[in-house]
Amino acid sequence: MIITINGQSETLDQATLSIADLLKIKNVEMPEMVSVEYNGDILDRSVFNSTSVKDGDVIEFLYFMGGGRHSRSVYEF
Amino acid sequence: MNFTDDQIERYSRHILLKEVGGAGQEKLLKAKVLIIGAGGLGAPIALYLAAAGVGTLGIIDGDRVDLSNLQRQVIHFTADVGVPKVESAKDKMLQINPDINVITYQDIVYSKNILDIIKDYDFIIDGTDNFSAKFLINDACVMAKKPYSHGGILRFDGQTFTHTPGHACYRCVFKEPPPKNAVPTCSQAGVLGAIAGMLGTVQATEALKYILGIGDLLTDRLLMFNALKMNFRSVNLKKNPNCPICSATPTITELVDGELPVCDLKAH
Repeated sequence: MIITINGQSETLDQATLSIADLLKIKNVEMPEMVSVEYNGDILDRSVFNSTSVKDGDVIEFLYFMGGGRHSRSVYEF
Repeated sequence: MNFTDDQIERYSRHILLKEVGGAGQEKLLKAKVLIIGAGGLGAPIALYLAAAGVGTLGIIDGDRVDLSNLQRQVIHFTADVGVPKVESAKDKMLQINPDINVITYQDIVYSKNILDIIKDYDFIIDGTDNFSAKFLINDACVMAKKPYSHGGILRFDGQTFTHTPGHACYRCVFKEPPPKNAVPTCSQAGVLGAIAGMLGTVQATEALKYILGIGDLLTDRLLMFNALKMNFRSVNLKKNPNCPICSATPTITELVDGELPVCDLKAH
């Protein structure tokens, strides 16, 4: 399937995956530091496992910023 | 309002802009803006808003100038090390523009003082460096129906948005502060000094636009940049119907203090 992550089109091999799976695939090391916007709406953390990623989805990883640190640059444009 | 000859000359580049003009400059001179934090973000914000002739500028910070601040906090000079940041900032702001009034608060914002401090201001700017303060500022501004600019910087990245009543707030995006163990102490983080200027001047511009009533504010939009790639983009935000503070049925009804971060580089 083809989805858009942080403004960039990406082709995923997986037929099905959840938002939680996507965070793992994208090597988000500290999911606690990320809010996920899914097709325009902020997802509650409690539905990361139960929300399936579909072809054409537009997903933004929005990071906390200010006071902490991340192990890598937080915005991969 | 009658401008003096000096004011006409000082503000001539504003007055020449048709979006500002004499009427806009008068709005700026009558406006009151509060800058929370006299650090990396607060420095360019305070200098530009003072230069712009924002008539009353409040600035709040409890710290004293440290040598390690000078790499990015351009309002403080080497001779200011040890001086309260608000005093050092006020001195430079008035040197740039003696036409304005600077009110200093040598304090931090916390649940018991913030509503009383922000009530006198038209626009608030978050230039703080910790999540406790960022959530507190958001919650207080939502409760008091005050517009504010959020800003955060780290390493080579920055992000900012503007909240006005009825539009998305910080908690619409970030429901609650990150768990403490996910946020290593500030001393482990770094930031390229000029990033503070890049983001702070965006925040200062938003304050000026709000006062002037011109252009499109960064409401319902999170502007993010990465300076290594020198790439800017903004993501549309929506007011969250389940937001714990700005929804119709908020679950947060009073301000609380989070834990303050330990930020002492010399301890490591």
